Amino acid sequence: MNMLTDAAVEQKLHSTSNEAAIKMRGKDVTVHYNGKQALFGVNLDVPEQQVTALIGPSGCGKSTFLRSLNRMNDTIEGCRVGGEITLDGDDVYDPRIDVVELRARVGMVFQKPNPFPKSIYENVAYGPRIHGIARNKSELDQIVESSLEKAALWSEVKDRLNEPGTGLSGGQQQRLCIARAIAVSPEVILMDEPCSALDPIATAKVEELIDELRENYTIVIVTHSMQQAARVSQRTAMFHLGYLVEEGATDKMFTNPDDKRTQDYITGRFG
Amino acid sequence: MAAQAITGHVDWKSDAMQARRRARYAADRRLQIYGMVAIFFALGFLAILVGTLSFTGYRAFVQTTATVEIDLSQADIDRGDLMGANWRNIVRDALRQQVGDIPRSDQRDYFNIFTSSAPFLVRDKVIADPDLLDGTARFSIPLSDPLDQLAKGQINPDLPENQRRVNDRQIEYFNQLQAKGLIAQPFNWGLFFNADSRFPELAGLAGAISGSFWALLVCFVISFPVGIAAAIYLEEFAPKNRLTDIIEININNLAAVPSVVFGLLGLAVFLGWFGLPRSAPLVGGMCLALMTLPTLIIVTRASLKSVPSSIREAALGIGASKHEAILHHILPLSMPTIMTGTIIGLAQALGETAPLLLVGMNAFITSPPAGIFEASTALPTQIYIWADSPERGFVARTSAAILVLLAFLVVMNAIAIFLRQRFERRW
Repeated sequence: MNMLTDAAVEQKLHSTSNEAAIKMRGKDVTVHYNGKQALFGVNLDVPEQQVTALIGPSGCGKSTFLRSLNRMNDTIEGCRVGGEITLDGDDVYDPRIDVVELRARVGMVFQKPNPFPKSIYENVAYGPRIHGIARNKSELDQIVESSLEKAALWSEVKDRLNEPGTGLSGGQQQRLCIARAIAVSPEVILMDEPCSALDPIATAKVEELIDELRENYTIVIVTHSMQQAARVSQRTAMFHLGYLVEEGATDKMFTNPDDKRTQDYITGRFG
Repeated sequence: MAAQAITGHVDWKSDAMQARRRARYAADRRLQIYGMVAIFFALGFLAILVGTLSFTGYRAFVQTTATVEIDLSQADIDRGDLMGANWRNIVRDALRQQVGDIPRSDQRDYFNIFTSSAPFLVRDKVIADPDLLDGTARFSIPLSDPLDQLAKGQINPDLPENQRRVNDRQIEYFNQLQAKGLIAQPFNWGLFFNADSRFPELAGLAGAISGSFWALLVCFVISFPVGIAAAIYLEEFAPKNRLTDIIEININNLAAVPSVVFGLLGLAVFLGWFGLPRSAPLVGGMCLALMTLPTLIIVTRASLKSVPSSIREAALGIGASKHEAILHHILPLSMPTIMTGTIIGLAQALGETAPLLLVGMNAFITSPPAGIFEASTALPTQIYIWADSPERGFVARTSAAILVLLAFLVVMNAIAIFLRQRFERRW
């Protein structure tokens, strides 16, 4: 009995390390908003260079979990995070951690495209500039170009870098925001329903982009769309009422989920 | 009826239904009419205000003058000592030549037709342009207030002599001057370029305008940075607790404190304790800053709050620190609104009288201040002083000064509206 358990544990560890290294890990994560609990003991690993999708009905805590990963919840009055969240093994809520560095390493793309009301160039150059990543103008130009290229936006905007970023279409704006996040060379990119404000064509482009970005970045994406989760992610985590219902490889989650709630949700019976 | 409603069959064409709809439309129209009446009412009062001011004030925008030629080449003037020449005699001789023989008994009345400062006006002009000494020069000498009023039809010459401020001989000489074409009524630039004077014909707003300018400058320099810094702290850094709640309530209360209280504070603290100079725009501006500060803090906080949180999150999300998010993004985006609020606050301060009265900016001062430490008046206190002066000419000048003040207010508010329309971002 005892032997079997140990063997199972060993096998599990082995298989995890086989799949991918763990980039971020949530251990027993709880979140309270002004005393009201929003997350209950979530344990979730985010594997490196994969897309992890967080799904679940509205108010299930998936965005809350996402925002805990780079401490964006700090900006919300009355929000308290418990448990442990690690990035490469370091606790991100450790008082010694530098939140500016953390947010540079764990970038974020928001639900509504939110470019700064400045030029396209300035939008992308802002991050490298405040972090002092580029040593001179030509390096900065290079970063801007490569970031826009990685965000699949360069060809569309290269002739109008000085035009305001807010003048782009919704899908372009969102890719600009992705380029802005990429420009500071993050290791993890968090995306909070990045396509919910976009039309289907723009959505397809952003999804394609997410798939490409996986090669270099670890991505966590919150989405309302089952199809999107199925299309872009390798791993899926299902949240419900503040609890992590289950998580696993995306193919398995969508074909043979363990939990009935997951099955009901992905088949559209609630949510 | 009830059964009808439940089954879903509503007879929209029934008389009762139609009457009901008519009543609802009538209510719409009534509401609209109330609004129009209110606006008409407000505009009506504004029209009455501006109308009466213009009616009494327009005369102050022209000044009756006599054009007098003076042959300075013949006069006994030492070029090395222009100040020391006997300008009084020079000017009097010239004035005497404008009409025929004047009996000695009439001379005093005759000279009183012209402003008593005529010798100084001529002197200053010559000092400014010594070439005038080479020949005959023409000088435009303002008439004294009673004659100015006579020329403007404010004094009825048909009244018995003892009931008017000009006597029969003065009227006669005035008519002679007019017959010779020497009397004119040019635009009264002196109203803007002269400082205050006991003589209405010479009194102008230069001192008051520059006093107001310096006071507003002090007010701006103090209240703008302090207001913005306080607002940023309260909005972006301060924890939400009982203490900050109390601070917020008190700032709102401060905005409603009567301005005279700030004047008393200025009197006690700035003049009494700090020993700052009395009547100086510095002290007036400091009182105005106290008064503007709460307004500015409230406006700035509101405009910081109106920047959507997505911009803040965008900045923080790529690792901007708090000050970078605020100074690079939030503050610049709220600047147009802050500027608008500041200008409106300054416009309010421009019209504020009570605190300035208490710190002595209602003194009688005959030269414009050269800086914030020199005694001066301000536009509203100048109006107060003139409104209190007995000379007839100050009645029109008071109205004219009010119009000038209103013009400044209109210009400032127009700038504020322009800034808002041009730069304010709608989210």
